[in-house]
Amino acid sequence: MLALLRQPWPWYTSGAAIALIMVLLLSFGKSFGFSSNLRTLCTLAGAGKRISFFDFDWRTQKWNLLFLIGSVIGGVIASTLLKNDVPLVLSQSTIDDISKLNIKFDGKMNPDQLFGLEVFSSPKGLLILLVGGLLVGFGSRYAGGCTSGHAISGLSNLQLPSLIAVIGFFIGGLIMTHFLLPLIF
Amino acid sequence: MKGLKFIFTGIFFGIVMAKSEAISWYRIQEMFRFQSFHMYGIIGTALVLGVIAVYLIKKLKIKDVSGQAITLQSKEMSWRKYLIGGSVFGLGWALTGSCPGPMFVNIGYGYLSMLVVVLGAVVGTYLYGILKNKLPH
Repeated sequence: MLALLRQPWPWYTSGAAIALIMVLLLSFGKSFGFSSNLRTLCTLAGAGKRISFFDFDWRTQKWNLLFLIGSVIGGVIASTLLKNDVPLVLSQSTIDDISKLNIKFDGKMNPDQLFGLEVFSSPKGLLILLVGGLLVGFGSRYAGGCTSGHAISGLSNLQLPSLIAVIGFFIGGLIMTHFLLPLIF
Repeated sequence: MKGLKFIFTGIFFGIVMAKSEAISWYRIQEMFRFQSFHMYGIIGTALVLGVIAVYLIKKLKIKDVSGQAITLQSKEMSWRKYLIGGSVFGLGWALTGSCPGPMFVNIGYGYLSMLVVVLGAVVGTYLYGILKNKLPH
């Protein structure tokens, strides 16, 4: 059983599990949307005293912070108890494309070149991570949700605004991947 | 403890995201280059099952654990905020390979550099709060 769980999970298992998570949260009376936590973190840091957008009772989002803590623990379990040492299987065309950006495919979850600890001694590397995070945080709140809130919860409820947001996710993602990454790396 | 079920659901989420490699920068690159079905399969399966589940929840008027009818909020209609905000989000998603959930799963997975991405995301959210009234929505 554990050996089976240690293998990379196929897309259909994962997709079904994500739908189940959305339904579980609905059955608890909550709505699946991860990026709301970023706003709650601002409120916890005291941003509500100066900016009305952050002036709300963070305890109404306590459940979501617990979900966040759980997701970190889930990451720990996946990399320890459920770890497997087989290299990630990436499409050869992607390997070729990113090698043109001078990013070497190392078979890990994420390239060490960008996410290894050595990044802490690289100003450019840190700036990339910081700006990337900034775009994600700013964009998800501007759009009122991220992949979970729009692509999963919103589209499951057939919301047109969520479809527009997901189209936006792809416009931005395609521009970054095909036009900006070659300029950055 | 009432909160325990949220922690367990979160743990399940973290394991699913990591074991299906949805937290991988490489997989997000593959997706935005249309070179694999993997990520589309994950989102597509979640979506098909999600649509069916939400339809049944509404049709059968299913109640939540506290006995209240499950209601799903409609998103307020507009196109600017979703299109512009969504595009900004997409730029960051393709650059860091992580959306908000996977950032945190990645920290647990051992990528401490993702703390920098999370810091950026919190600052980005804060900037949105400051600029909210000046932005087109």
